[in-house]
Amino acid sequence: MSAQVRVVSGGLSTTVQDLGRTGRYAIGMPPSGAMDQYSFRVANLLVGNPEGAAALEATYIGPSLEFTDDRLVAVTGGDAAVTLNGEPIPMWSSTQVRSGDVLAFGMITSGARPYIAVSGGIAVPEYLGSRSTYTLIGLGGHEGRTLADGDVLPLGDGSTGEAGAVVPDELVPQFPSDIDVRAVVGLCSYRLTEAALESFLSTPWRITKDADRVGYRLRGGTLDFVEREQPFGAGSDPANVVDLGYPLGSIQVPGGDEPIVLLGDAVTGGGYVTIATVISVDRDLFGQAKTGDTIRFRDVGIDEALAARADRNRRLDRIRSALA
Amino acid sequence: MSQPVQLPPARYEHGGDEFIFVEIAEEMSMEANIKATLITQELESRQMSGLVDICPSNASYLVRFDPDVIPPADLMALLKDLEGRFQEVPEGFTLQTRVVDVPVLYNDPWTHEAMMRFRDRHQDPESTDLEYGARTNGFDSVEAFIEHLAGNPWIVTMLGFVPGLPFCYQLEPRERQVQVPKYVRPRTFTPERAFGIGGAFSVVYPVQGAGGYQLYGMSATPVLNVRQDHPDFAHSIVFPGAGDILRYRSVDRTEFDDTRREVEAGTFRYRQHDVEFSPAAFLDDPQGVNDRLLEVLYR
Repeated sequence: MSAQVRVVSGGLSTTVQDLGRTGRYAIGMPPSGAMDQYSFRVANLLVGNPEGAAALEATYIGPSLEFTDDRLVAVTGGDAAVTLNGEPIPMWSSTQVRSGDVLAFGMITSGARPYIAVSGGIAVPEYLGSRSTYTLIGLGGHEGRTLADGDVLPLGDGSTGEAGAVVPDELVPQFPSDIDVRAVVGLCSYRLTEAALESFLSTPWRITKDADRVGYRLRGGTLDFVEREQPFGAGSDPANVVDLGYPLGSIQVPGGDEPIVLLGDAVTGGGYVTIATVISVDRDLFGQAKTGDTIRFRDVGIDEALAARADRNRRLDRIRSALA
Repeated sequence: MSQPVQLPPARYEHGGDEFIFVEIAEEMSMEANIKATLITQELESRQMSGLVDICPSNASYLVRFDPDVIPPADLMALLKDLEGRFQEVPEGFTLQTRVVDVPVLYNDPWTHEAMMRFRDRHQDPESTDLEYGARTNGFDSVEAFIEHLAGNPWIVTMLGFVPGLPFCYQLEPRERQVQVPKYVRPRTFTPERAFGIGGAFSVVYPVQGAGGYQLYGMSATPVLNVRQDHPDFAHSIVFPGAGDILRYRSVDRTEFDDTRREVEAGTFRYRQHDVEFSPAAFLDDPQGVNDRLLEVLYR
């Protein structure tokens, strides 16, 4: 029998994810993939997997998993009490598991999404080059859906890595509930009045319960549009534009009162005004943000976005060499 | 020949560090769409490493790239250079495409029911979406409005929102184009294969889900086939492609049901023909070009 992991309990919303199904945005296919790509990559590094191996992404309440052979596991991302056969085990480090061992989760204490990597990776079949789950359409991952009690997931050939690898403390991210997010203002921001744009950047936005892998809906203020005669084809509402592509991380404002930040399972286009784009590094922050958390946006230029990206690459490099 | 329409210079925007958004024009026109097509086709042909996605849109386009491979400033410069080369549609430019028959049951019971559930989100809760569209576009009756939508074909000017959803622009002169607003607040439910219009664009929703367009009917045939078990989807999970010309033909309930049975049995094939579409010829004589397209499709 080939190796597998048994899902004793699926948790609240657990999916198989990898780095994403890129390159098909033009047919309307969002990349999906791990919402917090930093935590995801580190989980794989800890168990000796390639960084893009498929792992599990849990939301709020993690799953219970029973192993059927010897493996290394690592849990990163949102903080939760993680146990192996009832005994606590540390996050951000690798742990040996044996056949019959059960990994389980307590409630999350900070962040939103724990990542669980298993040596060998989750070996569900690839769909269009990726093992990521896209639940909106029901494709990829395990049967295109969140895990349910009793599911059985295939595992790839395990690595021979050793347990006890640990991520240095200073490279473990913190997940506060008050979040500063860097965004590049632009796209169709000309549709907002100057006061509205200022208000967008100074408002502490609260994350509503409409927050999932597609996007996060925020509340906290009202943004006024510049009055105009609507251009042909756009539709008559001032929040409408001629339908266009939405960058991943872009912020749209239907109605002007509820900004929506588009994430991994994003709708790829539409006709609402988009006013800014969260920089790629800070998309990870949304992966660990939860309902009730507060977001403040800070306008940055492209150079600062690139510097943040370089900084993240350096942190990953340090982990790679620490764990090599 | 008609006067070439001059477009204002495109607007270039950074969508964070991984995307560049280029707005060719704020309003929709065949010219703006063709310009987006020409630039994105040229970009596609370069096969540059580090370019992740090239997405032509209605009057704009979007590019995703890896800034660790292509510096954003270099890509921005290249895109501006390409715009300079496509100021006008090149002499004799044609689109190698296909014309396709899409059977639609207009005023169907399923989209009607969905629509009635969301009257509180509509501009005119007392009308149906069809009545509202007919009245605001100056048609005497719902039937005349449907006849217009089902009459001349539509060209696919963008794919997106969800996989396989075609945004289509009707091949009509500007004065005959219909326009309707999107819902005041988007619906949380739209049936699979619903046919609707928002702004000047018609769509077929590939799957059940949210949506903000006015609902007018239901396509008997799929635009997305995740399992690729239908013959028309052998090469791609989505059927429509940018530049396709779709005719949303009005069918009765009997033909709709028959077609549904063929789709379920996996035996359905879209009626389609390869065509050469000349935007210049269309702008010069819209009805003449439409008549020829339909003749090719049904001969």
